[in-house]
Amino acid sequence: MTEFEYAAPTSVAEAARLLSQAKGRAKILAGGTDLLVQLREGLRHADLVVDVKRIPSMTEIRQESSGSWRIGAATPCQQIENHPGIRSSYPALADAVRIIGGWQIKNRATLGGNLCTSSPAGDSLPALIASHAEGIIAGEDGSTRRVPMESFCTGPGKNVLQDGELLEAFVLPAPPAGSSGAYLRFIPRHEMDIAVVGCGAMLAVTNGKITAARIGLGAVAPTPLFAEQASQGLLGQVPSRDIFAQAGEQSRAIARPISDMRSPADYRTHLVGVLVKRSLEIAFRRIQGESIDPLHHSWTAESSSL
Amino acid sequence: MAKKTHVTTTLNGQPTEFLCEARQSLLEVLRDTLHLTGAKEGCNNGNCGACTVLLDGTPVVSCLVLGVEVEGKSVTTVEGLADASELHPLQQCFLEDAALQCGICTPGFLVAAKALLDENPCPTEAEIRFALAGNICRCTGYDKIIRAVQHAAERLTLRDGILLAKQK
Ligand code: FES
Ligand code: FES
Repeated sequence: MTEFEYAAPTSVAEAARLLSQAKGRAKILAGGTDLLVQLREGLRHADLVVDVKRIPSMTEIRQESSGSWRIGAATPCQQIENHPGIRSSYPALADAVRIIGGWQIKNRATLGGNLCTSSPAGDSLPALIASHAEGIIAGEDGSTRRVPMESFCTGPGKNVLQDGELLEAFVLPAPPAGSSGAYLRFIPRHEMDIAVVGCGAMLAVTNGKITAARIGLGAVAPTPLFAEQASQGLLGQVPSRDIFAQAGEQSRAIARPISDMRSPADYRTHLVGVLVKRSLEIAFRRIQGESIDPLHHSWTAESSSL
Repeated sequence: MAKKTHVTTTLNGQPTEFLCEARQSLLEVLRDTLHLTGAKEGCNNGNCGACTVLLDGTPVVSCLVLGVEVEGKSVTTVEGLADASELHPLQQCFLEDAALQCGICTPGFLVAAKALLDENPCPTEAEIRFALAGNICRCTGYDKIIRAVQHAAERLTLRDGILLAKQK
């Protein structure tokens, strides 16, 4: 690695000051699982590395009085996965961080890092979109702005952050009554791979009718997508396999995937239909109290209340 | 010469100080500065797990941690597993069950497996495989490693059971 200076500020204000002084030549270090690899391989350069893991507001998970949850952007995925409040309120996010990498990686890799790397295939992004999350971005002058997850990435490796800005935390609104969710990822092996397609879903059902739904898609466009029409089409419907399949069909319409070594484009589009249907079904069955582990769920020989 | 930072940490239970450049990984510091060569460099990019150490009790790949990051933290390497008189049950079971061939992956597996058994003394086979998915072995085919961990789990629970019984 080429030489750089290291700073570990203990407040967002201090970090913002360091970033603005460095005038674009500083990089933020959270878990380091992307940054340190890129610095070592010469894909990115830094004169200053700003370690944000000593900033309390960036490494804590807490519930706000409104019932929403605030997750510091530098909180390791393993802590999010282990957190009882997050698991019960945002099952899609818990599913996603569980499979984001091996144990060693999950102990370091952070949600903020996953978002700022802005890969179209980042596992946490569809789940954050499904959870209706917003990112809190701190500016140089002490100001903050909020960006919905579906608007954060602007292209592969690109996002809305300006020089001197810092992604401080995520805010996830209290989940609607009677809701659950799921994140499913298709990869050609059991574990430890990059998503061919990822799908996060959140569903709420009251008195037998769907009252809220959000579907997030990954790896099928230059940025993660919110399948807005498909999500809205579910409102007011009685949950059924057919309705979920319909949402899958509608979601396929917005997929604009590429062909690469992981998959041809048309197969990715096909998978969108399958994963949307299945993630909605898991969400619905979880609402009804079933405990489902998406990693070990068999989709053959189905018997369920649907 | 590049500027060096003074770092104070707890290494395998001992207060330890070292000097390092900001760009040096914890793995480099452990191996080249502190001469603890147990942690291995397999890939140097976070893929193989051979460099696994515990940072404040949780397994991390030391090739993706900067030496300067461990200021005030505790680090455990494979050298910290055995006590003066005997091997850790995991090490003993890896030997007895032939869970290693070339051995380059072994320190990483031992450290990750220790973290698993500290947290979950009776893991299922699926839980062991899930926890060790970040460690790659190109020799054994994994089965012997999984069996050695199961075996060590039995020994540890037995030992802890006997200790508990003695205390009563
Ligand atoms: S050497 Fe660190 S993961 Fe391979
Ligand atoms: S024993 Fe050779 S890599 Fe595992």
